[in-house]
Amino acid sequence: MSTIALTDTHHGSAGRDWGGPAPKRIVTGYGFWIFILSDMIMFSAFFATYAVLLGQTAGGPSGHDLFNLRNVAIETAFLLASSFTCGMASIAADFRNKVWFQSAMAVTCAFGLAFLTIEGREFADLVARGAGPTRSAFSSAFFTLVGCHGLHVSAGILWLLTMMAQVFTKGFRPDIQRRILCFALFWHALDIIWIAVFTVVYLLGSAQ
Amino acid sequence: MLGKLTWDAIPFDQPIPMIASGVVALGILAMLGWVVIRGHLPYLWREWITSVDHKRIGVMYTLLAMVMLLRGFADALMMRMQQSIAFHSQGFLPPEHYDQIFSAHGTIMIFFVAMPFMIGLMNFVVPLQLGVRDVAFPTLNSVGFWLTATGALLVNISLVIGEFARNGWLPYPPLSELAYSPGVGVDYYLWSLEISGVGTLVAGINLVTTVLKVRTKGMNYLRMPMFCWTTLATNLLIVAAFPILTATLAMLLLDRYLGFHFFTNEAGGNVMMFVNLIWAWGHPEVYILVLPAFGIFSEVISTFSGKPLFGYRSMVAATMAICILSFMVWLHHFFTMGAGADVNAIFGIATMIIAVPTGVKVFNWLFTMYGGRVQFQTPLLWSLGFMVTFIIGGMTGVLMAVPPVAFVLHNSLFLVAHFHNVIIGGVLFGAFAGYTYWFPKAFGFKLHEGLGRAAFWCWLIGFYVAFMPLYVLGLLGMTRRMQHYDVAQWHPWLIVAASGATLIMCGIAFQIAQLAVSIRQRAQLRDETGDPWDGRSLEWATTSPPPAFNFAFLPEVSGEDAFWQFKKRAAEQSGSEEKPEYRAIEIPRNSPTGFVCAFFATVMGFALIWHIWWMVAVGAIGAFVTFVVFAWRDHDEDTIPADEVARIDRRHRAQRHAILSREAAE
Amino acid sequence: MTNGHEQAFNGTDLAPGDEHVGGGSIALRVVGYLTGLGLAILLTATSFFVAGTDLVWEPSIPVALVVLAIAQMGVHLVFFLHMTTGADNTNNVLALAFGVLIVMLVMGGSLWIMANLNHNMMPMDQIMQMQR
Repeated sequence: MSTIALTDTHHGSAGRDWGGPAPKRIVTGYGFWIFILSDMIMFSAFFATYAVLLGQTAGGPSGHDLFNLRNVAIETAFLLASSFTCGMASIAADFRNKVWFQSAMAVTCAFGLAFLTIEGREFADLVARGAGPTRSAFSSAFFTLVGCHGLHVSAGILWLLTMMAQVFTKGFRPDIQRRILCFALFWHALDIIWIAVFTVVYLLGSAQ
Repeated sequence: MLGKLTWDAIPFDQPIPMIASGVVALGILAMLGWVVIRGHLPYLWREWITSVDHKRIGVMYTLLAMVMLLRGFADALMMRMQQSIAFHSQGFLPPEHYDQIFSAHGTIMIFFVAMPFMIGLMNFVVPLQLGVRDVAFPTLNSVGFWLTATGALLVNISLVIGEFARNGWLPYPPLSELAYSPGVGVDYYLWSLEISGVGTLVAGINLVTTVLKVRTKGMNYLRMPMFCWTTLATNLLIVAAFPILTATLAMLLLDRYLGFHFFTNEAGGNVMMFVNLIWAWGHPEVYILVLPAFGIFSEVISTFSGKPLFGYRSMVAATMAICILSFMVWLHHFFTMGAGADVNAIFGIATMIIAVPTGVKVFNWLFTMYGGRVQFQTPLLWSLGFMVTFIIGGMTGVLMAVPPVAFVLHNSLFLVAHFHNVIIGGVLFGAFAGYTYWFPKAFGFKLHEGLGRAAFWCWLIGFYVAFMPLYVLGLLGMTRRMQHYDVAQWHPWLIVAASGATLIMCGIAFQIAQLAVSIRQRAQLRDETGDPWDGRSLEWATTSPPPAFNFAFLPEVSGEDAFWQFKKRAAEQSGSEEKPEYRAIEIPRNSPTGFVCAFFATVMGFALIWHIWWMVAVGAIGAFVTFVVFAWRDHDEDTIPADEVARIDRRHRAQRHAILSREAAE
Repeated sequence: MTNGHEQAFNGTDLAPGDEHVGGGSIALRVVGYLTGLGLAILLTATSFFVAGTDLVWEPSIPVALVVLAIAQMGVHLVFFLHMTTGADNTNNVLALAFGVLIVMLVMGGSLWIMANLNHNMMPMDQIMQMQR
């Protein structure tokens, strides 16, 4: 019976007392938002390490030698498109449209898997060229930072499939709606992190 | 088949761990046997292990902390004994054991005593103080607790299967890298902390969301009890700092397991990056430890002075200032490691600045007591002990914040004395004050007062006797973590320190006795009113212990010290008896998710340590399946019918009458 | 004391990621996402262009890339995560600000400290050479 986004446009907040425990959707969403921020801080530790170890190639290849910007552009396109389709899935969920939801999620999944495939191929290729993570501190930092993002995307895809299964079997129950909200937050946050990754790692790296 | 695990992993030739683990194993078996034979297992499973009630989880966290305090203290006793006799002698602990003991001591005390104690108290108290039924995410709360317990379990297993790390409580590379620590010790440390770190992060998210979004009607930010403010600051720090720990330990794990080169000596690794990152976590960590203690002292001092907290708003400002500033000082842990004068100067100044808000708090506590009717019961004794002790410790900290001084005293016993001074004087005394203060609320009877005082005095005097000599020793040039020495001048001080440790042991003995005696005499110590200390905040508005749903009706708050206002108003309006209309209440349903998840985490952790890869897969899949099973449940709440609520609440109304008649009698 | 069932609510807060619904139709919301997608594509393409071109003064390239990245993150936050400066988003924005502060401190502080250390300390492989 509760509407999805609970707002009350008739009351201002100034001068009014706290109204009581917030509705579940807000509590769940906010808690997950805090988790996302903590995840961003974790990524910042990896970013800081990458920045510090940038030059430590131990005589091995550097980013400039290794990065293929065409692949990065395609990865970026896939991930950005998947963010958009995830947004479509959110709208579909709000309007409780199963067909549109499942289609949008399936496309999101496909784009995410495409991203992971390209990234996996890139990693395999680097390892084959002797520029794997054990080559130098720089490669360790590169593989860890980009790989951590990839791991998050993989976990996100597992979650995506779980959400599709949940909606398929149980419909748009309030708790499933809350999980969809959290998933959308996660997926968009991953794209935000990717912006940092492709800018700092790939674009700045190949400029050297 | 079993990776690196062989029978050689068990130290059959070392008497100390063998005897210790034998005794513990026997104790655990005896307890389990008693539980099963007396038929308590279903009760334990239903009411505690699968509980998602914040009160139960809070008690379990605290219990874990107190048990681990015994293990950590045993390590401390051994260290003190070793150092008191190891003058021109090898003592009774060879270096490879002594190193494990001081590493385990620090790791256990920080991660499995101080943190769970504080998280346990916050978990128990905060929803009650906010006037609500539970934290924001009850099942997640249970997961967090059990993952912390997993970490504790893994550390303790290292005593008997394998070894522990030997590099101190922070695994600085390159010593902690595979080349120099090829055994499983560092891996035990790393996996134990990574797993319990997830638990801590989860608790952090839970409590931040609870304080910000789950408060009763009228509980504006500036009407919250001070303990809730410090909980907010603490958990914001947890959420911000623990990801850094996770990342840094993960990088060390990658170095050790997959041959990466983050912190190795070769291929461009940078060991100082580890030091930098680990202290970027480590400094906020110490504020995570002490801020809840500050909150406890605010509650205790104001209650036992019979006055509202002095300078509430400045306290709030000071707390949030400490929260932000604590992220700007971390270099002071490695002044001596190569940064230039300008970097050292900036961080030194920042460290001195952060002492100011703490000073504001101390003055506010003093002014709270001034002019009040002070009752010197055990919780207040702990608070007074804290104020004196913490000030000394804080001052030595500010002293070492001066970089040239740090160059003399870094890693000496002066440093060791300083941090024990603030952690014991601040965190531990706060924990004990909170334990004594809220025990009646949790269990329905008070702790024995006389034994509590005896414990306090033993701890206080024992602390000074044990640690003041360490300041002297630091100034005399003694470095930390020495297994033996040959400087005659140090010897007498170390003997004094050992005797101080023995006094503390008496304090602990009194605390154990206090618990046993209080349980035995619980009828006499019964808390009839739910408000044994004439408290000011909402947790005292419930019965002792509170019902599962905390409040039959969520209170409506209109000012600070909400419960105090209610008592005043009720005294004025005595006689008017509203017949309340009870409604059915929904509470979160119990779930084995936390326990099962932690079980698989333990399996995974152990398998990762010993390189048993198939077992790792089993653990990982098990954890994922547990999560999916949990996600598939259809009912996440139980309903308590209205007449059941009414029946339970009648006891509450009886207690309210008891309070009112007490008020009237005064 | 009142009946405490969650009839009370905080009437002016939005969950992070939720849009202010207020009668917004599907089309309106899709247009919002499309706008975000379009802007993001524009900014991303610009980033890639700037990184590889000779048309921009070289020392300014890193700055330009960082600015473009921040702009892209802003587009995501506004159009995909629906972060606004409205009163119903205050808590969400404050949390984000806290996170951003910590990220800046960790990254900035680490870079400053490590640069300082690396400047003062001998490289590890040279130290190891001296050991042998």
